[in-house]
Amino acid sequence: MDLFNAIIQILDSTIRLSVPLLLACLAGLYSERAGVFDIGLEGKMLVGAFAGAAAASVFHSALIGLGMAILISVAFAMIHGFASITHRGNQIVSGVAINFIAAGSTIMLGQAWFQQGGRTPALAPGERFEAITWPGADALREVPILGPIYAELISGHSILVYIAFLMVPFTWWVLFRTRFGLRLRAVGENPAAVDTAGISVAWLRYRALICTGVLTGIAGAYLSMVQNGGFVKDMTAGKGYIALAALIFAKWKPVNAMFACLLFGFLDALSIRLQGTPLPVIGKVPVQFMQALPYVLTVILLAGFIGKAIPPRAGGVPYVKER
Amino acid sequence: MAQAAIELIGINKSFGAVRANRDINLEIARGTIHGIVGENGAGKSTLMSILYGFYQADSGEIRVGGKPASIKTPNDAIALGIGMVHQHFMLVDNFSVLENVILGAESDALLKKSIAKARSELERLEREYGLEVDPDAIIEELPVGLQQRVEILKALYRGAEILILDEPTGVLTPAEADHLFRILKQLKEQGKTIVLITHKLREIMAITDTVSVMRQGTMVATRETRKTTVEELAELMVGRRVLLRVEKGEAEAGGVKLAVKNLTVKDQRGVTMVDDISFDLRAGEIVGIAGVAGNGQSELLEAISGIRHAVSGSVMLEGKPIDLTGAADPGELRDRGLAHVPEDRHHVGLVLAFEENENSILGYHDDERYLKGPFLDIDAIRNDARDKITKYDIRPADCRLKTANFSGGNQQKIVLAREMEQHPGVLIVGQPTRGVDVGAIEFIHKRLIAMRDQGKAVLVVSVELDEIRSLSDRILVMFAGRIVGERGPEASEGELGLLMAGVEQREAAE
Repeated sequence: MDLFNAIIQILDSTIRLSVPLLLACLAGLYSERAGVFDIGLEGKMLVGAFAGAAAASVFHSALIGLGMAILISVAFAMIHGFASITHRGNQIVSGVAINFIAAGSTIMLGQAWFQQGGRTPALAPGERFEAITWPGADALREVPILGPIYAELISGHSILVYIAFLMVPFTWWVLFRTRFGLRLRAVGENPAAVDTAGISVAWLRYRALICTGVLTGIAGAYLSMVQNGGFVKDMTAGKGYIALAALIFAKWKPVNAMFACLLFGFLDALSIRLQGTPLPVIGKVPVQFMQALPYVLTVILLAGFIGKAIPPRAGGVPYVKER
Repeated sequence: MAQAAIELIGINKSFGAVRANRDINLEIARGTIHGIVGENGAGKSTLMSILYGFYQADSGEIRVGGKPASIKTPNDAIALGIGMVHQHFMLVDNFSVLENVILGAESDALLKKSIAKARSELERLEREYGLEVDPDAIIEELPVGLQQRVEILKALYRGAEILILDEPTGVLTPAEADHLFRILKQLKEQGKTIVLITHKLREIMAITDTVSVMRQGTMVATRETRKTTVEELAELMVGRRVLLRVEKGEAEAGGVKLAVKNLTVKDQRGVTMVDDISFDLRAGEIVGIAGVAGNGQSELLEAISGIRHAVSGSVMLEGKPIDLTGAADPGELRDRGLAHVPEDRHHVGLVLAFEENENSILGYHDDERYLKGPFLDIDAIRNDARDKITKYDIRPADCRLKTANFSGGNQQKIVLAREMEQHPGVLIVGQPTRGVDVGAIEFIHKRLIAMRDQGKAVLVVSVELDEIRSLSDRILVMFAGRIVGERGPEASEGELGLLMAGVEQREAAE
């Protein structure tokens, strides 16, 4: 039973750790499917996290915090769009610039506004998104097997977790069942076809980036208002890049993206769980090795285990009307 | 004359200093097929792009159906019933036919209804015009002929009454082109107006009712097709008399220069592209390899010229074998007297960002003529380039100009000059006149025949059947990686066309 409880706990933290990856991964999916590479997921999450925590603590409202996280994150997405869609700049350079601006400005503004070394004030209970306990969760907790699964894995998460997982079928539906999705996929494959069909390539890509901004905003809010009780500098810690890796691993498909993010979340959960505990046969493993595991696996998976991942064909290329 | 479907009045359009269209007037009658011919850069495509709302004219008026029209975007053009089939298809390759057809013309925010509507509409179009295509097929799995049909369906689905086709036959086999023409005639009978842009005069004569000729941005003439001739049109296009078929004497074939035996080549995916091919190339003859693009000609050329490795077989150059294991060095082959004009001059033949004189010695830069000690002898290189410019009439005559700024025909002349002036024993040429104007084609053909008359062996691969027939002393037809027939230069187009389409030899001979 101890083993079962341990597994439940690892799976529970898998879910919690997967959420920001999943939101960022779906965010990247919208922009990359539209032909805009977005290496700035990391930065947009970071500004989202900062704006969310800052607004929540100032206005004492979690919802205002979430709204502000989304707003600022979308604004950064629009900067990326302005540089790379309107002015046809290099998408990678623009994305990297956004990451730098995000890392610097959040610390600077945090220090200027709150004088806590770049942190935002710790959030009070009403300023965070609380866990939602599903009906009957406590009563069923004692039921063997199913009880803990229901109480720990399904119940007891914040609203943002459920939103993240609902975004998976929603994104699939948008991409493959709506006019907007058809056009979005088309513009990532052959923008000239979209242009000659009488649709504005730029406006379509901007809309895709708005979707990206909304999702990275929620991802950021989750980090600073659910996982943590406030903003800490550089709290995204490379999650934006892992999300990009997951996106490639998932071959730019929403359901695959969920499984890819769960896998990375699981590895993360496992590495936390196993820190310091001696493994059978191998013995004690250094903490650093366990922490590096998800990244090592990323490299291995991307290097050869996923077969050929074909990115959207017009990805990374600014659209220029041909003569 | 029937009522005008489109009138263009005083259209002007400049790109920077280049005046692409100057004071163009054009009237296209309803229910006719109207051809527009002209050399590359004559302004045909620009004019049609203005009509389709892709560009805005600087000045001038467009009337559609007698009414002045303001066409600012492709949407405006579509609303006026103008549809366009682009030279490079505007299709999303990994979408289905249905998805491509509805893209931009969806009837509903959700796809389900749009798709259902398009499906029944496509069935109707298929019945009416004989435009059969599987609506659920994925574009990249369809042959180009069918992809083009999807483009036509796209336009018709949007209610096009006026259909513009930009160089529609460039990628088609003769049989596919004939099928396209039948469809166009059928569309005309149903009252549609068709504008056909092309530089192939044969097509103009075969299918159009009226033809307009453009030269250097101006509209130089409009003729009724049945009252004009190919010669007159060519002269109007180029501005001087052109020999469409270069005169040449009988070949005096000598000894074997290049012997290809049982050559088999696979591509990156492991698909056999060249399948057990054998032939000889003799001194003093031009052998033409005909075939629809993608039947292994490219791989054959690359294997012979040492760029791609062969799985099996042998190639003997002047009686000595060429290393086909992939270690073959194109430089070594050059030294042994084999020169290669690649099919794709932009990616393989030239470095577009280089100056003309740099490209004119590329690959021969180790030759001591161009060296001074360990350094390049810049003066020698430039003088050499100037000589070639004069000899090959390369324009503009500026060896310091960036190669990208030369027209396609002149770029091709740069490559040809580079390879021919090394006086190789064997010259291998891929698509000698792809994207080259009528005037330059004449020049290039004359040069190739002159090489032959000097006793060199020339191998020409081309998808242009006219070119193959006009140049070759012997014609080999490739289909699916094999040589499916050898014919003399007198072989008819129909006969070669059938071979190219893979129809059995016996049937073709009947």
